[in-house]
Amino acid sequence: MSIFEEWWLPIQTMIDNREPLNFFQNIYKEIYMNAIKDDRWLLYLDGLWVTLQVSFFAILAGTALGTILAVLRLPEVTELKYRGTNPMKKIGVAILHFLSGFAKFYIDLIRGTPLLLQVLIINFGIFGSIRIEKAIIGVIACGLNSAAYVAEIVRGGIMSVDKGQTEAGRSLGFSGPSTMLWIILPQAAKSALPSLCNEFIALIKETSILSYIALTELTKAGDYIRSRTYSAFTPYIISGALYLLLTLILTKLIGRMERRLRASDH
Amino acid sequence: MTTEKKSDILISVQKLEKHFNDGELKALRGVDADIHRGEVVVVIGPSGSGKSTFLRCLNLLELPTAGTISLGGVDITDPTVDINIHRQKMGMVFQHFNLFPHMTVLRNMTLAPMKLLKKSKEEAEKKARGLLERVNLADRADAYPSQLSGGQKQRIAIVRALCMEPEVMLFDEPTSALDPEMVGEVLDVMKELARSGMTMVCVTHEMGFAREVADRVLFMDEGKIVEEGTPAEIFSNPKEQRTKDFLNKVL
Repeated sequence: MSIFEEWWLPIQTMIDNREPLNFFQNIYKEIYMNAIKDDRWLLYLDGLWVTLQVSFFAILAGTALGTILAVLRLPEVTELKYRGTNPMKKIGVAILHFLSGFAKFYIDLIRGTPLLLQVLIINFGIFGSIRIEKAIIGVIACGLNSAAYVAEIVRGGIMSVDKGQTEAGRSLGFSGPSTMLWIILPQAAKSALPSLCNEFIALIKETSILSYIALTELTKAGDYIRSRTYSAFTPYIISGALYLLLTLILTKLIGRMERRLRASDH
Repeated sequence: MTTEKKSDILISVQKLEKHFNDGELKALRGVDADIHRGEVVVVIGPSGSGKSTFLRCLNLLELPTAGTISLGGVDITDPTVDINIHRQKMGMVFQHFNLFPHMTVLRNMTLAPMKLLKKSKEEAEKKARGLLERVNLADRADAYPSQLSGGQKQRIAIVRALCMEPEVMLFDEPTSALDPEMVGEVLDVMKELARSGMTMVCVTHEMGFAREVADRVLFMDEGKIVEEGTPAEIFSNPKEQRTKDFLNKVL
């Protein structure tokens, strides 16, 4: 018998005898019922692990897709003109223009509708008849959603970089895309990082919406335990504390990254 | 004799026009000029005369509205030409330096040679350190641009362009953003470069530099080359009234 159960037994006896519990005994009862009994703490950890995985891959997908959307919306793309006669390149430019228009439409659409609806549509509409892991649906839904916000943040970062940087890159002989990759994006990332951190934190918390499609992530884990113990506060508070832990660690990591990027300005 | 003269021309500009805002503003109204190999050409003129636009057209940072520019016999205004290849042969130095602030001096200088000329890191760094030595900034290789003075930044910008081993260097008012006491160190580097035989096209307000270093001076006004000649001709014996007016104001 573990020490937790040794502490629990007298309280159990009191409850059975309908004796009133004092403040500390009440707190221990809540903790015991919602975390220790039947190894329920493992459920929170499982939920935390799912939330962490879904958030991580959604952040990766959202940042990658968002950066592409941001670049597509730049004037360098929207105002791109091809003066030559190569038909393949002409088609290429036409496709770029189409993608640029689509990027704007996509950002407006995603930012203008609730995430919950998007999750439901992807879960029941798109993957309704396909057997696929809920976690993957979560990554897709949250990644697609986050991309729209990341796109605008990155676009702001890119536009904050002085035009002379592009000219310097081009004058050395770099192509437009290479200039973007080597010279503009690293500088844009630096100024966009605080806003990106904000977005990543929001994304981590918004994955809680995935409990709606029965993904057992951190919120759902807490909710499940509440349904077993009928404790109205404790399971949610434990889940909440774990979200806070995740976001604090992320903030710390990004803060460290910012300091490293600041090495160049003294 | 004539063919030899012709092969000597590095950049040939013909009937160059540049309009902004759909022709509302005509920055260049038909410019013809030849830049010979090894020649130092200084472009002077009042602000708004189109001299910077002319320079920026040479490497197509501004796309000409009409006219042709040929570099080593290739018409680079032809849309089928890959301009990126030709820009590698034309180094450019900007008024505001435009060093890459997120990279060290050495990385600023080795990025393009490594990515574009596919040089090895050792090779590119050796070349860069040699050039830093030449401009007395060898000890600043690992500094970031923000740690440098304006004069140092511009000297780095010049050697960054030289790392690509260009055939011609374009200078767009390289000393205009500098504190007066730093102008000299940048001009010294440019003079040394001119003496080493580099082809240079330089837009500047430094008349002393033009007089001392230029092989030829172009005076531009209202989007045209009004007068050209040796520094002695232009500065001591200008023919056009507009040239005289301008020189009276700046000298």
